[in-house]
Amino acid sequence: MNDTPSEPPPATPWWASEDAWRKIAIWVTAVMFVVLIGLTFDSIPKITAGSARVPAYEVINQRIYYRFSQERKLPVPVIGDAAPLFGTPLSAADAQALVSHGKLTFQAKNCMNCHTILGNGAYFAPDLTKSWLDPAWAGESAREGLMERFLLDPTTNARGYGTTRRMPNLGLTIDEARAVIAFLKWTSAIDTNGFPRNFTPIVQEGDR
Amino acid sequence: MSVAQAGITRALGELDSGRLNVGQRLAIKYFSVAVVLFAAQILFGLLAGLQYLLPQFGYNHLDFSVTRMVHINAMIVWMLYGFIGAIYWLVEDEAGTELVGARLGNLAFWVLTVAVTVVVVVYLVVQTGAGRIESIWFINEGREYIEAPRWADIGIVACVLVFFYNIAATFMRGRWSGISGVLVLDLVALAGLYVVGMFYTANVSVDQYWWWWVIHMWVEATWEVLVGCIMAWGLMQTLGARRKIVTTWLYIEVALMFGSGILGLGHHYFWIGTPEYWFTIGGFFSALEPIPLVAMVVHAVYDSGVHRFKTANHPALAWLIAHAFGNFFGAGVWGFMHTLPQINLYTHGTQWTSSHGHLAFFGAYATINIAVFYIALQKWRGNVDMGARLIDKGWKWKWAFALLNGGVVGMTVALLVAGYEQSFIERALHGSTWAAYFEAQRSTWFVQGMFWRQVFGYVTAAGLVLLIWDLLTIGRHETRLAEPPHEATQAAA
Repeated sequence: MNDTPSEPPPATPWWASEDAWRKIAIWVTAVMFVVLIGLTFDSIPKITAGSARVPAYEVINQRIYYRFSQERKLPVPVIGDAAPLFGTPLSAADAQALVSHGKLTFQAKNCMNCHTILGNGAYFAPDLTKSWLDPAWAGESAREGLMERFLLDPTTNARGYGTTRRMPNLGLTIDEARAVIAFLKWTSAIDTNGFPRNFTPIVQEGDR
Repeated sequence: MSVAQAGITRALGELDSGRLNVGQRLAIKYFSVAVVLFAAQILFGLLAGLQYLLPQFGYNHLDFSVTRMVHINAMIVWMLYGFIGAIYWLVEDEAGTELVGARLGNLAFWVLTVAVTVVVVVYLVVQTGAGRIESIWFINEGREYIEAPRWADIGIVACVLVFFYNIAATFMRGRWSGISGVLVLDLVALAGLYVVGMFYTANVSVDQYWWWWVIHMWVEATWEVLVGCIMAWGLMQTLGARRKIVTTWLYIEVALMFGSGILGLGHHYFWIGTPEYWFTIGGFFSALEPIPLVAMVVHAVYDSGVHRFKTANHPALAWLIAHAFGNFFGAGVWGFMHTLPQINLYTHGTQWTSSHGHLAFFGAYATINIAVFYIALQKWRGNVDMGARLIDKGWKWKWAFALLNGGVVGMTVALLVAGYEQSFIERALHGSTWAAYFEAQRSTWFVQGMFWRQVFGYVTAAGLVLLIWDLLTIGRHETRLAEPPHEATQAAA
């Protein structure tokens, strides 16, 4: 086009100005970060073990089941009567130690690169969030034994449901297997806002 | 030795590092490792994909958990190597002075590379440990994407601090620009966030809360801003875009990216035990996350149009444009599709996520690293013409471009079909149990989806082989020099 060099270029409007956007970028980032910090201060106590949403580790001494909440329109975890894991009630400290051993085993055996937990991980094997309550374990009385046997020798006790996919043998000791079961029992009592959707739990004798 | 050397020189032509500045010579090292890790990523991706079709393959020896872990870790690390290389490449030109602490930077490169090698060997040979804290320190942390054991975490942080010192000190001695200012502040956040993931807790909810700080704040915030900086610089390099324009766009992108992405973190807090208010915050802000990616597309396409796509480096510009669109579709559209909690309840933790993951990581990050490789190679070859007049008509880069993009898009679509099927059968119909999970895995469309994903995986691998061949040979017999990019004449009007 015919540019006429004598005319001064039009002034940059504020919304196209480098300086304005630099300031906006800095302020937006700072404000968002401060809001996130504030929300984190609110959220962390609400997910600390022993809170309403994430139970204390001693829940492994009790029955865990789900009841549909009319108010929240989703199934919520309920902590029921005494139902100690492997028949032995544990103190708060022992329960925490056992769950922690299970979590360490869960990490050291790299479970998350086949399974998901709370929906996060890999998609080669089922989600473990509510595996303690899965109907796969036949009934309440058989469950602990079946889970233990499966974890100790998944090759023989494969649960592929018509696929040939099997869990590998990860060489768990009995203590590690029991600790993993404790970790999964505790995890099943976390209030996940109804995830996974429409979960159908095992039928337990003590449920009401 | 001399015979072999002569053979290599004959095959690959002359690559004279004397043409490069100190930072660029270091960058070449990072790029070389990045390409090796890229190849490892694809190889282990093929193995993991094959295990969906043939579950006996590698069973109890090289299990899916191992192949998949190497697949995603090689990806994260090659992308970081590409970013670090890109920044070493541009730092001296951008700062107008020589790299500060080059010897230390070289040492950090070797330390980091040895550490990465040891980590991978331990992943493959030792694989898992006993349920003790020592396993997390020395074998595998067992947390997706940041599986590297704690000793390596500390090494990585130390090497990144050296890198940060190199870059920040060079800018401080030379000159600052909008791009370098954003870059250095972003690197502070990027490195700082990694430390948030370096702790152990028995509480899986608290674990995942902070774990997402690392993963989300990297790939959906700080990495995006980092590639925004590289893009701004890349458009100046390839097209001769004006600094004032790319810098203003960069600030707009930072405002939109951090404005949506920081609280967009909330879309990972729907189901991990965190309170219900994250539904609103996470749903709203993550739904805005595509907006900065639209801005990037507009900006890249507009600048290219204004400059009439005139560039002396066709492959680099093509990969920059692929980045703009890949980022928008992969991260933006594919992320948006399942970011609202009402949908995410059905799709979270299904093959939807892997569909999104494949297109987003490739579209947003692999593409721009490849673009930088081509920009670097042009200078390494002596600033030869790599535009329309390429000697063999550039068939290698064009086919590599088509096969890589086509392969990844094909995998994405195949995984999306599988994901639809899985969320429908497992979640909507059958109550999200183990039996429901396997019901979905057995379903016809799921199985077909996994088959086609594997086919397109091979297409991607073929593209990578061609890409590596092209990177090694492009411009080798070229003698015509590249014309410098010129200012757009019609941009001012």
